[in-house]
Amino acid sequence: MSEEKIKQELEDNFSYLKDAVTIKRKGRIFAQVPLDKFNAVFIYAVKQMRFLALSAITGLDRGDGFEVIYHLNREGRVLLNLSVRLNKENPEVNSVTAYCPSADIYERELMDLFGIKVNGLAAGHRYPLTDDWPKGEYPLRKDWKGTSGKTPGLKGVAGVSFPDKEAQNA
Amino acid sequence: MHDLHDFEDVKIPIGPQHPALKEPESFLISLRGEKITASSVRLGYNHRGIEKACEERTYTQGLYLIERICGICSHSHSTCFVQAVEEIAGIEVTARAKYLRTLIGELERIHSHLLWLGVAGHEIGFDTLLMYTWRDREVVMDLLAALTGNRVNYGINTVGGVRRDISHKQKEEVLKAIDILEERTKYYIDLAKGETTLIKRLQGVGVLSHEDAEKLDAVGPTARASGIERDVRKDDPYAAYGELDFKVISVNSCDVYGRTLVRLGELMESFSLVRQIIHKIPDGPILIKSSRKIPVGEAVSRYEAPRGEDLHYVRANGTEKPDRVKVRAPTLANIQSVSKMLEDRYLADMPIVIAAIDPCFSCTDRLIAVRDAKNKEKNTVVWETIRLKGIEWYKNKGIDFTSLNEKLTKLF
Repeated sequence: MSEEKIKQELEDNFSYLKDAVTIKRKGRIFAQVPLDKFNAVFIYAVKQMRFLALSAITGLDRGDGFEVIYHLNREGRVLLNLSVRLNKENPEVNSVTAYCPSADIYERELMDLFGIKVNGLAAGHRYPLTDDWPKGEYPLRKDWKGTSGKTPGLKGVAGVSFPDKEAQNA
Repeated sequence: MHDLHDFEDVKIPIGPQHPALKEPESFLISLRGEKITASSVRLGYNHRGIEKACEERTYTQGLYLIERICGICSHSHSTCFVQAVEEIAGIEVTARAKYLRTLIGELERIHSHLLWLGVAGHEIGFDTLLMYTWRDREVVMDLLAALTGNRVNYGINTVGGVRRDISHKQKEEVLKAIDILEERTKYYIDLAKGETTLIKRLQGVGVLSHEDAEKLDAVGPTARASGIERDVRKDDPYAAYGELDFKVISVNSCDVYGRTLVRLGELMESFSLVRQIIHKIPDGPILIKSSRKIPVGEAVSRYEAPRGEDLHYVRANGTEKPDRVKVRAPTLANIQSVSKMLEDRYLADMPIVIAAIDPCFSCTDRLIAVRDAKNKEKNTVVWETIRLKGIEWYKNKGIDFTSLNEKLTKLF
């Protein structure tokens, strides 16, 4: 199926995606999805359109809010980049680990580096920051300019334990 | 006598610093007898904040920083990044520059796979294999140094093309070196297919089924050894790969032995690719001048690194600095399947299972500046001097490789 057909299929099934899907070049499709409709589009792309592999999840700080891009691919050939915008005050997304188990590590990255809440993510180790990293410090936010003074002598990672015995990091 | 089930599972932390691991990461495993019943991984010990640092640097500065993400597949990261930047800026790189990028990329794959073969040998107590492959790897390392000026972190990429051209004499040197390496690799393939100890040690170890590999989105040789015929070079051709002829190597054994065969097969494909590049490389300029400011836009770039798909996302905001750079290195995609591979396996298999996904670790520098403590004189020690000093040191200890080296030279 060509890129044009994928765009057509998305637009036919989701009227709100009209003019929101762009083909940047061969094998690169970008789609801007409204937050409340995201789950439906994501599940459709994975289950019906067979975009079974998740290459990565990228978080972005747009200044007035956040953006999360899910890079899905089909058989390694076509990349479908589904992007969703979140507000600045209360950024939240739902976990996609039920459909793509590999999303786990990328979602933890969103939590640690952007402070985006991921609903439904199982308990586990945080990634990639240290266990004693101060609360409320999110390095990839644009207004973050370092923790100078706030983190005297981080001890690093306290240790490793099995996820079921560890409280979820938020 | 106690039944095995009378005992509670023993929990053993492995890492973050551990002789069996080559880079910091922390595993906690639960053992019943010799078998692993559960495992848990904690990553992040190597987090250096490179993505954030890129946002505060120009594209050119960022390129050199990105190249230092990995000490082995440095060219993979820099090419992946520069491709994304060029796509946003609408720069069409010349054909010669594309071929040169591909040439360095394939030489890098050769050095990486030979390195892996040595590490794999070491992890199963076959250190002779380590000595052999790492000696052979020097051939390709010297070649990379001759072509780019450095053994790792080649610094050959720049926005708009490459920074060094290849001369006619260098082309001949490449072909000569490839002949030697191909001969050696054929020997290793014979060894991998015929040496019973090696086969018995690797077969059925670290199993990752086809379904699990698909579900966990494994990439590179790890995926291809589980029957997933996926290779960015073929599926989403970049640089000069669209014009070159090569096969995607995949096997269905789903174990460490399969991963060994895939990498050996890929070495042979790489030799063929290098020869094609040398014969087909078109004439022309290697660099197009570009503006320091990159227009507003976004791009996702993919690259088949020696360890698998490398993915970079770049968003530009019209200034000299990127708004966001996201890097997804292949090891991050593969580490998630390690827990699956360890499930219900023996503890003794753990080092080779982890090594089999080929996690990245750093290489050494070629040039060392030494200051004499007595007369404060500054000397620059080149690689050859270190090599000679090493040989001399062993000779003083009564170990002399001179006659062996002569024999080997005659062999080639």
